[in-house]
Amino acid sequence: MQHILEVHQLKKYFASQKAVDDVSFTIEQGAIFGMLGPNGAGKTTLLRMITGIFFPDSGTIIFEGKKFDPLHDITRIGYMPEERGLYKKMKIGEQALYLARLKGLSKAEAMKKIKFWFQRLEMESWWNKKVQDLSKGMSQKLQFVTTVLHEPSLVILDEPFSGLDPVNANLIKDEIFRLAKNGCTIIFSTHRMEQVEEICDHIILINKGNKILDGSVKNVKQEFKENVFQVGFEKKPGDIPGNNIFEITGEKDQSVLLKIHEGFKPHDVLQYLLGLNHEIISFNEILPSLNDIFIKLVEGTPLARAFHTAPTSAN
Amino acid sequence: MNKISLIIEREYMTRVKRKSFLLTTLLVPLVIASFYAIIIVVSVSGESNTQRVAILDEAGLFNGKIETEKNDRSTYIFIHNETEQSFVARYKNEGYGLFLYIPGFENNELPHIRLHSQAVVNLFVKSALEKKINAAIEKKRLAAAKISPEVYKNIKADIEIDNAVDSGKGERKGVGGAAVGAVAGILIYMILLIYGTMVMRGVMEEKTNRIAEVIVSSAKPFQLMLGKIIGIGAVGLTQFAIWIVIIGLAQFIIPLIFPGVFHQLSDPALTGAVVQKGSSGKVAEIVESIRLLPLALILFSFVFYFLGGYLLYAALFAAIGSVVSEDQQEAQQLVFPVMMPLILGFVIMTKAINDPDSGIAVFGSLFPLTSPIVMMGRIPYGVPWWQLTLSMFLLVLTFLFFTWVTAKIYRTGILLYGKKVTWKEIWKWLVRKG
Repeated sequence: MQHILEVHQLKKYFASQKAVDDVSFTIEQGAIFGMLGPNGAGKTTLLRMITGIFFPDSGTIIFEGKKFDPLHDITRIGYMPEERGLYKKMKIGEQALYLARLKGLSKAEAMKKIKFWFQRLEMESWWNKKVQDLSKGMSQKLQFVTTVLHEPSLVILDEPFSGLDPVNANLIKDEIFRLAKNGCTIIFSTHRMEQVEEICDHIILINKGNKILDGSVKNVKQEFKENVFQVGFEKKPGDIPGNNIFEITGEKDQSVLLKIHEGFKPHDVLQYLLGLNHEIISFNEILPSLNDIFIKLVEGTPLARAFHTAPTSAN
Repeated sequence: MNKISLIIEREYMTRVKRKSFLLTTLLVPLVIASFYAIIIVVSVSGESNTQRVAILDEAGLFNGKIETEKNDRSTYIFIHNETEQSFVARYKNEGYGLFLYIPGFENNELPHIRLHSQAVVNLFVKSALEKKINAAIEKKRLAAAKISPEVYKNIKADIEIDNAVDSGKGERKGVGGAAVGAVAGILIYMILLIYGTMVMRGVMEEKTNRIAEVIVSSAKPFQLMLGKIIGIGAVGLTQFAIWIVIIGLAQFIIPLIFPGVFHQLSDPALTGAVVQKGSSGKVAEIVESIRLLPLALILFSFVFYFLGGYLLYAALFAAIGSVVSEDQQEAQQLVFPVMMPLILGFVIMTKAINDPDSGIAVFGSLFPLTSPIVMMGRIPYGVPWWQLTLSMFLLVLTFLFFTWVTAKIYRTGILLYGKKVTWKEIWKWLVRKG
């Protein structure tokens, strides 16, 4: 599959810090790409370079096979920044029209697409409302529409679900999947690991300006697995005698969490348990959640302290 | 280019469609009109107020006869067989508004004349009475000195100095020039201030609403800044155009509704009273001298300095708006260095009107940060061509330089949140390349 975006050794230093320090990665066409990292890791700076807002100090960006040219290529990109930005006193319809035309759409074309999207997301009745009269979730929807209206080949969404209720979050999520299915590539930046697991194919983790993790969600989980298995019994087992194959790390109702020691296989565990004559009804591997991996990798770095205390909160 | 015109269109349309635009556009001429109306009403009522004036003339100054002028609507009644004390208590009840008491006096002394009233007497009424008494005393003294009034009239000198300015290209009179220069200078000062701060507020709005980041992922920051400046400038021009139309219409409509107003205004006796000289000379002189001014040059310079000054200051205000965060107080601190040259320009302009060729006036009209204001104060007097050309050239040069500099500040500042920016940091943005 073709790479829509290649980033090579990108660097951006500010007076006080190395915001992005030698980061490289590639994104395949049609992928949903998760860009993770604690606050202040350099994600926004990285995204701003990809959207042509900042110039990198060094390194290259290849967009759709050619060197990234902000002047022309920004019309192919849709960027929804973390901090939402809309003109408060402007009418919704006019605002969408303005932003679409800034992306190079003609007036008629923009109108057609706005009508389509407004209908799709049930926003038709908003046309003459002002942004200041909208709820946070409503303006979020509007912001999403203005981001994807011009049918960009690369959509960058920074925390797209913050402030959305579950119904609207699902609505946007479905739209993201649909866009990806139609060949649109999506960069998805968030702190919400459960969303990443659900949505993303591929992730990178940025910390203190460096890329510290790169791979598909599946591979990353495999890489960080700790050989933990869950065994379900028909009725609560009595004491399982200590042994050198595994140790028990947790117990809940009729199931037991255990960690297999180095050198043994799940097969050995089963054999041992069967020998004890307990009725086993389930046996499955517990892969670490991205959240655990995230915390493990980022923990201890000064910037991540604040993040650790509230790992799932946005911002 | 297409993006700039889109941005200009948005900046222009959202402002022009706002209710506050309509309100200020209509209200400002209304305020000015009512200001004039009040002046007219006050000056007219001062004269038309017919009141009865009782005169107790113990000195026999008027011989029981007083000359009234055409538009003097007061009636003067001489009373007899009273004293000041006895009549003071009663003049109001007997229907008199004023009571003038002239005690007897010798020719060579100055009498102590009193005018009794219920409220402070209108200045015009008082000066009219003083004029009458002075004339009567003069007449009496002339008679005592055996000089006939005709001889005295020939002796008496009442001159007015006629200021002729000879600057090579025909003569120009100064009074009208000062008026036109001051009005033009003040107008430019106000334009720079009002629309400059409007640009600043617009930039701040975009920054605090975080819309800037969305826009600059579609257009260049410079396009956004320039679009905003031009859009708001166009709003200003629209507003002025509407005002000019309103003023033009008012000159046709007001005489239709109040036929007497302009007639009364141009009544020489009335305006004479306002000028306090008793003649229409001054007004006529101003009108005449304005007619002699190089109006085409003034108009051209006004438009030029309006545009140049606006673009220059709007760029500065935009840079400031991009640097401040939500903190209003911080904005005020940063605005101060920009306000300084504006106020300085205003001060120099007031000096330049009185002394257009002084060193400070020449400097102020060349220095680009003050030249739009100061030069407007000087132009009616005639400015050497080299100075005018140099001033315009410097203004354009500075405008280009400042736009380049402020664009750098703007580009960085508009995406910077939650941090107080120091002058040192701004300097770093400027010298940084790229």
